[in-house]
Amino acid sequence: MSKSLIYGLLLCVLMVTAPHAAHLPLWVSALSTMLLLWRGYLAFTGRPLPNRPLLLTITVASLTGILVEFHTLFGREVGVTLLMLLSALKLMEVKTNRDAMGLIYPLCFIIITNFFYSQSLLTGLYLLVTLLVITVVWVHLHAPGSAFKSRLKIAAILLWQAIPLTLILFVLFPRVQGPLWGLPQDAYAGSGLDDKMSPGSLGRLSLSDAVAFRVTYQGKVPRRDQMYWRGPVLWDFDGRTWTPGHATHGVAPHFSDTGQPVEYNVTLEPHNKNWLFALEMPDKISVPARITSDFQILSPEPVNARLRYQARSELTYHANLQESATQLKRALQLPPGLNPRAQQLAMSWHEQSRDNMEVIRLALANFHQQNFHYTLDPQPVDSIDDFLFTTRQGYCEHYASSFVFLMRAAGIPARVVTGYLGGEYNAVGNYYIVRQSDAHAWAEVWLDATGWQRIDPTAAIAPERVERGLSTALNDETALPLMGGAQWLHDLRMNWDALSYQWNQWVIGYNSERQFAYLSRLGLASLSQQVMYLAAGLGIVITLFALYMLRHLLKRERDKTQSAWLKVCRKLSRAGLPRAPHEGPHDYAARVAAARPDLAAAIEDLAERYIALRYEPSQDENTQFIRHAAAFKA
Amino acid sequence: MWIEDCNCKKQTISIHQKRKPMNQNLNNVIRQAESAILGKPQQIRFALTCLLARGHLLIEDLPGVGKTTLAHVLARTLGLQFGRIQFTSDMLPADILGVSVFERDSFRFHPGPIFAQMILADEVNRATPKAQSALLEAMEEHQVTIEGATRALPMPFFVIATQNPSHQIGTFPLPESQLDRFLMRIQMGYPDALAERGLLSGVDRREIIARLSPQMDAAELLGLQQRAREIFVSPALLDYVQAILRHTRESARYMHGLSPRAGLAILAAARAWALIDGRNAVIPEDVQTILPGVVSHRLQTAGAYQSAQDLIEAVAIP
Repeated sequence: MSKSLIYGLLLCVLMVTAPHAAHLPLWVSALSTMLLLWRGYLAFTGRPLPNRPLLLTITVASLTGILVEFHTLFGREVGVTLLMLLSALKLMEVKTNRDAMGLIYPLCFIIITNFFYSQSLLTGLYLLVTLLVITVVWVHLHAPGSAFKSRLKIAAILLWQAIPLTLILFVLFPRVQGPLWGLPQDAYAGSGLDDKMSPGSLGRLSLSDAVAFRVTYQGKVPRRDQMYWRGPVLWDFDGRTWTPGHATHGVAPHFSDTGQPVEYNVTLEPHNKNWLFALEMPDKISVPARITSDFQILSPEPVNARLRYQARSELTYHANLQESATQLKRALQLPPGLNPRAQQLAMSWHEQSRDNMEVIRLALANFHQQNFHYTLDPQPVDSIDDFLFTTRQGYCEHYASSFVFLMRAAGIPARVVTGYLGGEYNAVGNYYIVRQSDAHAWAEVWLDATGWQRIDPTAAIAPERVERGLSTALNDETALPLMGGAQWLHDLRMNWDALSYQWNQWVIGYNSERQFAYLSRLGLASLSQQVMYLAAGLGIVITLFALYMLRHLLKRERDKTQSAWLKVCRKLSRAGLPRAPHEGPHDYAARVAAARPDLAAAIEDLAERYIALRYEPSQDENTQFIRHAAAFKA
Repeated sequence: MWIEDCNCKKQTISIHQKRKPMNQNLNNVIRQAESAILGKPQQIRFALTCLLARGHLLIEDLPGVGKTTLAHVLARTLGLQFGRIQFTSDMLPADILGVSVFERDSFRFHPGPIFAQMILADEVNRATPKAQSALLEAMEEHQVTIEGATRALPMPFFVIATQNPSHQIGTFPLPESQLDRFLMRIQMGYPDALAERGLLSGVDRREIIARLSPQMDAAELLGLQQRAREIFVSPALLDYVQAILRHTRESARYMHGLSPRAGLAILAAARAWALIDGRNAVIPEDVQTILPGVVSHRLQTAGAYQSAQDLIEAVAIP
C-alpha cells in the first residue's frame, strides 16, 4: 500500500474521531492521537507494523481503561470511546487494500456518532467534508494511480449523486418521535439558567453566547423593556442563595384587567429542565404544559430536544389580586438574624412611608442615589449588608436579591424572578435571538391594588441594560465575547444565525408531525400508504437499474447461434470442462479436444461452424449448426 | 508502469494451419526466416503482421538478442531495399532525412538513409528527441519535407526500430505519444536451450543472411497489404474489440483507456494476423494473439503490475 493511502486513512480516522476529543476522557484522545502519530511515523519511515501481541496488549489495556473509567462496557459514551480507540488500533494493522476497506466501511458509520453530540449546521457541514475525504480515500483505494484531482472529482460526483436519494429518504422515511437517537442523555446539556441564584451565577452566564431560544413575533413587537422572559421563580433565601423552595398550594393563576396581548413563536434549545419561557404574563401556550400559581410554565418532561411552541402573553395585567395567605406569608420569609443593617434600613423606610409604593420608590431611589455600580465583574460579597453598604457593585442578581430582601424586611411580599431580558434582532430572518448572556433577574412584589407586579431594580441603576441590552450597559471595562466587533462581523453572525435557524426548523425540526403535515399536502396522508409508495417506488427504480445494468447479458442471449454455442459450452462445463469467459471458440475447442479425444471431432466441427456463422462473411443458415449443437453430448 | 506484453500465447501459430493453405510465398518467407532466426517463430510473425498491416515495429530488448538479425533477414527474404540508421546522441535530423549540397551551380539533394523500403532504426532511444521525431514524422506521413520540397518515401515503407530498455544509462526513452506511432512493440527474449545450441554450433549468422534469397517482390508485398485490409471483420468481433476498449477505459487499473486509434491498430493487426494464419475473417483468438504487442506500449497501469494476459482474461468474448 502506498504511503499516500496510509496518510489518507490517517486523515479519515482523525477527522471522524477528532470532534469526540471534546467530550471523551483525556487519556482516550491522547492514546488515539499517539496511535495515529505512530502509524504516520511507521508509514513515513517505511518500518514494519507492530506485531500482534503488542497490539493485543494495547487493546486489552484500552478495554481495561474503559472499564475503570466507565465501570461498564455498554452505553453511548463507552460505545463511542470503543469505536474511537478501535479505529485507531485497526489502522495499526492495515497492510493490504482489503484491510483498508475493512477500516473505511466502519468509518462511514462511526461518522454518525458525531451527531450524538451536536446536530448543528456546522457539524453537518463538517461531517459532509469528512465523508468527502473518506470517499476520496475510497476511490484512491480502487484507483491507486489516479491523480488527486480526478479522485476528488469522482468522490464529489458520487456524493452529488447520493443527494437526491438522501432527500427522498429524508422527506419520506418515517420519523422517530423525540430526540434523534432516543437516548435520555442525548440532549445538549450546556450551561443555562438554573433554579438557584447566588451572587455571580448570572454573571457567569453573561459570558456565554449560546442561544437559549429564538422568537418570532406575530404582529406587533413589544418594546424592548417589555421583553421579560419569565423563567424560574425563586422564593426561599438562605442569606446567599435563592431557591424555588417547596411549592405550596397557592390559588390558581388568574389575571384581571389585561391588555396588550402579544403572540409569538418560540424555538427553545434543549436545556434539560422543565420550564418553558414566555413573556410576562403568559396566558396560553400551544404545547401541553402547566402554568403554576407563580406563573411559571412547566413542561411535563425535561426539554431534551429542540422545542417549538406558540404562546400568548398579556403585557399589562393584574396578576393574582387574591393571593392565598400562605403564599403571601412565604413571600415575607427572611433568614433570621442576617443582614441587620439592611433590615434596619428597610424598617426605617417602612416607618417614614405612607404606603408600600413609597417604600418601593425609596428603595429604588437608594440604588439610584447611593453611587451603585452595574458591573459584570463585582468584588465578591459576603452578604447583602456587605453589598448595600460597602462594595455597591453588582450584577442584576445582586440588585434583585437585595431588593427582594429589603422589601421583605419592610413587610412587602416579594420574590425573585429569573429569566431573560430582551434579545438580539436578526434582520436577516426577522426574529429575535435570546442568548444565555441575556439572562436576567428581577423582583416581583405583591401590592393590594395591583397584585404581583414586576419591579426591576437593575433599571434604576442601569436603565440602558433594560432599554438597549447588556453590551451598552457595561462600560468597556469588561470584554464580552461576540458583542463588540466590526459591523461586517455582526452581519456575518446574523446571517449565520438565520441560516442555523432555518436548519433547525426544517432539518432538525422535521419531526413526525411536520412530516405528516407535509405529506398530507402532497396527498400521501396515511403513513403506511406512504411507506408502500416508497417501497414500490424504490423497487421500480432498482428493477429498472438492474435491467439497465443487465442489458448486455440480455442482448447476448438473444442471438440464436450464440445461445446454441453457449449451450454446448454449458454441457461441457457440466462435464468438467468449463469455458473461460475470455476463451475463444478455437482455443476452447483445442483445449477440449486435448482433454477429451473422444469429443475432439465433434467439438472441432462445432467450433468451426460457429466461427463461420459468427465471424466469417458467410450467409449460411444457422439451423444445421443449431441442430448439431443441440445433439451434442458431453 | 507499462504493462508487460507476454509472448506466452501458446500454440496459436500452428493450430489453424491444417485448414487452409496460406499464401505460398508468404509461407516461404516465414520458413526461410525461421531457418535463419532460430527459436523465434512468433516474433517473425509479429514483424510480418506489422509489415502487412502497414504499421511499424518497435523491438525492445537487451543488446545481442537478435533484433538486428531479424531486420536483416526480413529485408533479404522480402527483397526490400534495406537502410540502416544507427542512432547516436549527436545525431541530427539531416543525418536521417538527407541534405541539399551546393554542387557547381545548383543545390543537389542527397537523400538520407530514410529513403529505403525497409529501415532498421537501431537504438532509437540513444538519439535526442529532435532526431527521434524526424524519424517518427516520416513514419507517420510516409513522406518527408526538406527545405520546402516534399519527397515521397518508397513503397512499401517499413520501419523496425529497436530500443534498449530505458533503465540503461544514456538513453532518451520515446515519449508515450510517439510510442503510439508503432503498431506493435515486441520483445525478442532469450532463445531456448535448443535454439541457442543451434546458434552456437552453427555457421556465422552473417554468412547465412548473405546466402538468403528473396522470396517475394515489392509488388506482391503491396498486394498482400491490400488483401490484409480486406480481411472480413464481423459485427460480433467488433463487439469484442469494443468490449476491450471499454474495459480499459472503465477499469481503474489503467491510467487512461485505449484511444480510438489503438482500436484501429488492434483491428489492423488482427486482420494481418488472420491473413498470415490463412483465414479470410478475424476471430477473437487473432485479437488475443496480437493484443499484447499492440496495447503493451499504449496502456499504462495504475498501480499494481498487469500483464496483457490480465486484460485478455478480464474481458469476456461477447
